[in-house]
Amino acid sequence: MAKHTPLYEDHVKLGAKMVEFGGWNMPVFYSGIIDEHLAVRAKAGLFDVSHMGEIEFVGPGALECAEYLTVNHVASLQDGQAHYSILLNERGTVVDDLIIYRFNANRFIFVVNASNIEKDFEWIKAHQRGNAQITNRSGDFALIAFQGPMAAPILKNVVDIALDALPSFNFRQTSFENRDACIVARTGYTGEDGFEIFCAPKAASTIWQTLLEIGKPKGVVPAGLGCRDTLRLEMKYSLYGHEITDETNPLEAGLGWVVKLDKPGDFIGKEALLKVKQEGFKRKLIGFKMTDRGIPRSGCDIIAEGKKVGFVTSGTMSPSLKEPIGIGYVPLEYAREGSKFFIDIRGGQRQAIVVKTPFYKR
Amino acid sequence: MEFPDNLLYTKDHEWVRVEGGMVTIGITDYAQEQLGDIVFIDLPSKGQDVSKDDTFGVVESVKSVSDCFSPITGKVVDINEDLAENPAMVNEDCYGDGWMVRIEVKNPAEIKGLMKASEYESFVKEEAA
Repeated sequence: MAKHTPLYEDHVKLGAKMVEFGGWNMPVFYSGIIDEHLAVRAKAGLFDVSHMGEIEFVGPGALECAEYLTVNHVASLQDGQAHYSILLNERGTVVDDLIIYRFNANRFIFVVNASNIEKDFEWIKAHQRGNAQITNRSGDFALIAFQGPMAAPILKNVVDIALDALPSFNFRQTSFENRDACIVARTGYTGEDGFEIFCAPKAASTIWQTLLEIGKPKGVVPAGLGCRDTLRLEMKYSLYGHEITDETNPLEAGLGWVVKLDKPGDFIGKEALLKVKQEGFKRKLIGFKMTDRGIPRSGCDIIAEGKKVGFVTSGTMSPSLKEPIGIGYVPLEYAREGSKFFIDIRGGQRQAIVVKTPFYKR
Repeated sequence: MEFPDNLLYTKDHEWVRVEGGMVTIGITDYAQEQLGDIVFIDLPSKGQDVSKDDTFGVVESVKSVSDCFSPITGKVVDINEDLAENPAMVNEDCYGDGWMVRIEVKNPAEIKGLMKASEYESFVKEEAA
């Protein structure tokens, strides 16, 4: 039986179409994916992402432990800062991607994908280093993402921090309407300015309803997982299970900027990645558009010179661009902008061309 | 949700309008609502023969890809060419301008197997429950 987030009743009341996602019953859309997608780009959307996991590290060894488990340079974070990172296995392929939040030198929280919470927690416990208490606190937090250009001007009226001065990937502990304790982070997964608000499960519904109520006259809509996917796809952001898996390394996925091979000390997967870097990787994650009719979808074969050379990891009809877009792995010789190949869509070969990404630019 | 009385229905959520030896086929209000925003439609060519339960087309929403199964054996005599440019017509007017194909019926007995509006409505209620 799929789990419910603290906002389940709100979704039902709003008439959401619910689907099962990563073991959770989640809204895929309320009014429609395209409307919600365009509202996030032009105004703002409110997403329930409470299904995501929070794993907390507390203790004098928390930093050392986080540094060993992840690829980015954790020691470069200041208190109240966060960064995108990756958990790798010894083969240098991806266990999960995540955002690491530093509260202080002795306390960090990893926010991980919903479908990977148990796996990540087991992995982290099994590879723990240093003196730190590691706790799966996923049940203690609801998480609301408020994304889009109208998010900041609305949110700043209901939290008591200088929101305009909060840089991207920074966060503060504050309270919502001087009542409910919450953490406000300037992070997101849509390509728009926006925030993620962590709060106690029992406070979630009030915060959600308040933001919808004060936001509605300004064009704020509830937004489902459907447009969360199309928004991230237009930005070519990776999604675990699609672009990144335990069969892909971050270098071929275009995530080399996250991996700090020269940071002090060892981290899991470092040796394998050094080897990949030395030998050079053979395929690359690219974005493409269609020159023939058809929508590429996850799992479609990529064909060149009559044989399969790669595969599509994600694809959709882009609501902003109003044309089909796709992401996939191809050998380096087909990865250059302007390269052409075919996508096998239901047995028919449809031509596609490699384009610059992100697909969508403000 | 609307299920007009003058149409017949299938368990795959298609509607069928019988006019002499021809049927017009589309997807139902329930189907379009479940799919959400329809962004792409593939239809057969005019003149193509289709058999009952064969895939005759594909409807894609932003997130999903669904086959359309022909409820009737026969020859495709017309397709709604406007849907190539404007697939959202199926969301807006599924029983009218959002029609999909017209088929010349080869085996009229197949029509008897289709559901009436009231039967389909109960079927949908059960499926949604």
